[in-house]
Amino acid sequence: MSETIYGPVTDWATDFDHGSPAYNNNIHQIWDDLKAADLVKEIAYDPTRFSSLTPVVQQLKPSEALLEDPDALGAPIGPVPPISSDPPFHADARRLLLPAFSPKVIDPLRKEVEEICNKLIDDMGDVDAIDAAVQYTQHIPVLVVAQMVGLPLSDADRFRGWVDMVLGGIGAERSEERLAQFMAMDEYLTKHIEEHIANPQDDLTSYLLDAEIFGEKLSPRHVFGTILLLIIAGIDTTWSGIGSSLWHLASNPVDRRRLVENPGKIPMAVEEFLRAYAPVTMARMVTDDMEFHGVQMKKEDRVLLPFPAANRDENQFANPAVVDIEREENRHAAFGLGIHRCIGSNLARLEMNVAIEVFLKRFPDFELDTTEQVTWSTGQVRGPRNLPFKIKARG
Amino acid sequence: MRVHVDSSKCQGHNRCYALAPELFDVDDLGNAFELNDGIVPSGLEDKARLAVANCPEFAITIED
Ligand code: HEM
Repeated sequence: MSETIYGPVTDWATDFDHGSPAYNNNIHQIWDDLKAADLVKEIAYDPTRFSSLTPVVQQLKPSEALLEDPDALGAPIGPVPPISSDPPFHADARRLLLPAFSPKVIDPLRKEVEEICNKLIDDMGDVDAIDAAVQYTQHIPVLVVAQMVGLPLSDADRFRGWVDMVLGGIGAERSEERLAQFMAMDEYLTKHIEEHIANPQDDLTSYLLDAEIFGEKLSPRHVFGTILLLIIAGIDTTWSGIGSSLWHLASNPVDRRRLVENPGKIPMAVEEFLRAYAPVTMARMVTDDMEFHGVQMKKEDRVLLPFPAANRDENQFANPAVVDIEREENRHAAFGLGIHRCIGSNLARLEMNVAIEVFLKRFPDFELDTTEQVTWSTGQVRGPRNLPFKIKARG
Repeated sequence: MRVHVDSSKCQGHNRCYALAPELFDVDDLGNAFELNDGIVPSGLEDKARLAVANCPEFAITIED
């Protein structure tokens, strides 16, 4: 069965495209075939043989990319620490960020997120048809991250453009337009950092500029990479997580009613949405020629870490194909496993919970507008990019 | 009943603290540890089991 749907990835530009109907229409079948909980774990727990240097696949091998941009940070730091870093450097780069994302720092942001969500719904006006992705889910994480990093909220659209560029550009590495976009982003962020050096603020940028690693201040290049990472890792992913959850609730009225009647069940449901619609697939790079489970791998080969597939392994989940919003045993890997566990997981969970809670309160009844098309993202982050809903009741 | 977080396995997913704050706490880095020597007061056994069943790194163990 699987051979007719997909083969081994030979070309990252065209073969790994879950925006294509062949992939997207069969996505659960593909994940099921991969049956991957143990393998995903083995690779995620083995940074020595599987490096994080290029966590997003690209056509160029790292050795080729470094030739093109000799200023780029190579292993073990990588261009966007800590997601692109390996041990032992990784732990230090990560430790810098952890305190800013611990539950006790993140939980108090609830009110702000609630305000953002309510305002987005106010802005929709009194209409009975909306695009919940375009008018709601895509904005929430950008506004939250911009606020944390101290970037002007009015430039939110621009940041989302960068995310598209970085995550959606596989196969377009060398185009002039892309290069120009990268330079504009470079300039914008460099200016942002310079302004913070001159004029420290109470935000994450100034916090990073003041932080030390091995007794020295972080290089501006490191701060640049980490801010870019927060924008890229924090936006598409959470947007996708909220979007997939709302898509499920629009398509499953029984679950929607249960959550409307009992909002206390939302946190458990969010975990199940994260399991069933895990937004993120990561990649690793093979560090040396080797054999892995009978497969010959070469240095600089890429390996995907399909967390969504790991979440459907029946050795770890009872009835994995069923979305059960009250699932009690749920060790899902949506936020990764091992040393790179998503630093933003507490923030992402808060955003998902609040976004769903507010949406259900304001729109207790809604359904997919079948005259319009639901569309999904392409690349390694999966979520709805258009969510046409008919609003049937307001709270 | 007693619970224990293996700090060499915990990666700070924060599921235990979210599900059973009576039994677990987290430090500034977000890593979890058990409260009160891990002793589970009676009535909280289900919460302890829930925490175990939701730890992605299999870092929590229960002793009866
Ligand atoms: C539902 C939303 C999200 C999902 C599903 C998600 C998923 C992931 C996954 C699977 C990883 C592991 C990467 C790997 O193993 O290579 C990761 C890492 C990371 N995420 Fe998230 N993420 C989300 C939201 C966020 C947010 C909101 C932020 C911050 C604003 C964030 C920041 C990070 C960072 C900094 C890392 C790198 C950690 C490291 O390498 O040590 N993420 N995320």
